[in-house]
Amino acid sequence: MAHAYRFLTQPEVKFLEAAAERLIPADHLGPGAREAGVACFIDGQLASPWGLHGRQYRTGPWQEGTPEQGFQSPLTPQEIYRAAIREIDQHCRMEHAKAFPFLEAALQDELLRQMESDALPLPSISSALFFSLLLRNTMEGFFADPLYGGNRGKAGWRLIGFPGVAAANYTEELDHHNQSYQVEPVSILDIEQQRAQVDAQGYAKHIKLRVEPKA
Amino acid sequence: MTTRLPPVDILVVGVGVAGSILCKELAATGLKIVGLERGRMLDPQHDFAMPYAHDELKYDRHSDILQNLSRETLTFRNHTQQKALPMREMGSFKPGECVGGAGMHWGAHARRFLPWDFELRSRTLDRYGAAHMPADWTGQDWGLTYEELEPYYDQFEHIYGVGGKAGNLEGALQPGGNPFEGVRSREFPNPESQRTYAGTLFAEAAHSLGKTPFQNPTAAMTSPYTNLYKMTLGQCVRGGFCNSHGCAMGAKASPLTTVIPTLAKHPNFELRTHTNVTRVDMDSDGKRATGVTYIDARGREVHQPADLVILASYTFNNTRLLLLSGIGKPYDPVANQGVVGRNYAYQTGARVAMFFDDKVFNPFMGGGALTTSIDDYNGDNFDHAGLGFIGGAYLAAQSNGATPIRSISVPPGTPRWGGAWKEAAAQHYNRNFSIYAHGGCQSRRGNYLDLDPTYRDAHGQPLLRMTFDWGENEQRLSAYAIERALEIAKVINPSQLGVHPLSKTYSIVPYQSTHNVGGAAMGADPATSVVNKYLQSWDVPNVFVVGASAFPQNSANPPTLTVGALACWAADAIKDEYLARPRPLV
Repeated sequence: MAHAYRFLTQPEVKFLEAAAERLIPADHLGPGAREAGVACFIDGQLASPWGLHGRQYRTGPWQEGTPEQGFQSPLTPQEIYRAAIREIDQHCRMEHAKAFPFLEAALQDELLRQMESDALPLPSISSALFFSLLLRNTMEGFFADPLYGGNRGKAGWRLIGFPGVAAANYTEELDHHNQSYQVEPVSILDIEQQRAQVDAQGYAKHIKLRVEPKA
Repeated sequence: MTTRLPPVDILVVGVGVAGSILCKELAATGLKIVGLERGRMLDPQHDFAMPYAHDELKYDRHSDILQNLSRETLTFRNHTQQKALPMREMGSFKPGECVGGAGMHWGAHARRFLPWDFELRSRTLDRYGAAHMPADWTGQDWGLTYEELEPYYDQFEHIYGVGGKAGNLEGALQPGGNPFEGVRSREFPNPESQRTYAGTLFAEAAHSLGKTPFQNPTAAMTSPYTNLYKMTLGQCVRGGFCNSHGCAMGAKASPLTTVIPTLAKHPNFELRTHTNVTRVDMDSDGKRATGVTYIDARGREVHQPADLVILASYTFNNTRLLLLSGIGKPYDPVANQGVVGRNYAYQTGARVAMFFDDKVFNPFMGGGALTTSIDDYNGDNFDHAGLGFIGGAYLAAQSNGATPIRSISVPPGTPRWGGAWKEAAAQHYNRNFSIYAHGGCQSRRGNYLDLDPTYRDAHGQPLLRMTFDWGENEQRLSAYAIERALEIAKVINPSQLGVHPLSKTYSIVPYQSTHNVGGAAMGADPATSVVNKYLQSWDVPNVFVVGASAFPQNSANPPTLTVGALACWAADAIKDEYLARPRPLV
């Protein structure tokens, strides 16, 4: 699907598609983060007020605190993504002769584990700080409403059986104990684009999926 | 250059759960009342319209009905040897910033506190003796009993349309209700909520162990309801998107669905939004408030004189305004003297997750505190002899509407990402539920609120500084509650269990609850409390401080019902006693 990137450069898009795909890979259960448009979602987040920490407290002095004190970096998410991707790709070229997106999956996983445990030293920032943002934004991009550019085809919701925008019939359904409520998920985007029906109060009209009987 | 406005009779700072009711009740006097709210006005029909109200990313991560931290936050440290640093991102708790306050995005848990909660210090001494008291305990009786507050719980329940089943009607235990609740003068205004599959499994297991399960009281309407103020609310459809969200159905009681539209009809009431109160102004001898100073939406500094000032904002802001205004003596934890900022407390959360192969729960359904619980281990409902802690927890199976970004639960040992995580998420999202242990929290000497020496808000004033960690009491309480939850979980017999205990150290990062209390505690003794039993400042009698800031420690039960009841109680004291003859009421 075509997408005009507002913040990310093309090498950054390639990096994020590759890295997010390792966090949520495509497999027999369905699409992974790449196909679900997670890089596109992250681009949108970075171009939003959050990318500049618009509602966050941004007054100094700045110093690193304990883990219990939370985020204390003077850098914005935009600056963290930009610096980290450049520095990780540089590290990969030095150590492995190729940028991150062109490495074998097993090596990508190993590098991600190093970032997660802050064992990948980068010149300007903590790799664990970057990894925590990347994992958080990847999960958001896989499961947030598709109106934000990720969760394409409602891949995240289909994976777990989440119906999206609620229907108004749950009080009856809640009395059907131990019966799975399986419907075609409905997103805000579906309703905006008139691909899904709503009732008079704006709740989704769910279409039940035909469930194959167990073998 | 300060703009000085003509005087008014009563100023109410903060128009949330407490402030809206105080304004409404006092408006009946005909006096000129002004409500000052730092946030904006909401129109639930537009602000929470479908389908946009069902946007998890917006309301869980980027909501504009929460406090805008770019202008004001607080600083945090675990103990006095650390340097406090600003809470730069919203995490552990979510204060509101709008008309209605945090009462717009609350979860509708509508439990009263237990009679024991109000008298826990004297009752602990009576039953267990001084040796049982936690180290460095600053907990105290409220100076107000459950029996005194009961009519006001009842009043607030009939404003917020609470649904439930009475467990104790005028002393007679009622089947189906909570036998441990305080005596109730009449039934709930709405019926109890329906029991989910998870709630049924929990209730059957708890019952088989001799416990008494009941449906948690809820302020999400269990039937269409017209309240004391003639406001009508629709029935909750259990569509989830409740905690952190505004209700698209208008079925969750909140200041805007129960009070404010009827309040706005009073010609003697005026609501001023986008007004950020920076201090209570005092006369030259510091004994009397003359009004407040605020910054308005145009950035002007405004002095609004008034005869009576009521602080009714969130716990943090009530305490901070007292400190910024020099009302009451700030607490010094070294000398253990002073009162403002003392008694800060929170709540303890822990859970046991259960994973099944053969059961599905449709966890996206629910919300509106659709919860089945037991109170057998709450408060002092069980013998604490030899246990080494006071207080307790209620255990609950809650169907909150599990949204996918924050509510995917996987078995212990699952990696945080990759193919194995994905497989576990797909397998277990629909096949798990948790027994939550919602525990109380005692106040103690090392936990307090004061003004930060370094960091400032957008107006140049010091931020509030929180110094807080769990005490030994909270660790023991929570561990005990988890053991009891495990007993029930083993009867339910899932294929896998995951235990999520209380964190070793309190962290401001993960969301826990917006149940921050204390800082302007009430009590019978001015040496250990900021306000008397009528929520009136001991030092400045024309200032009242109403909200969870008045709790001297925290119950296991969520605070909102008690905040609302205290607002009704204080409103009556002001109407019937104070305004007739302004004076210290104690």
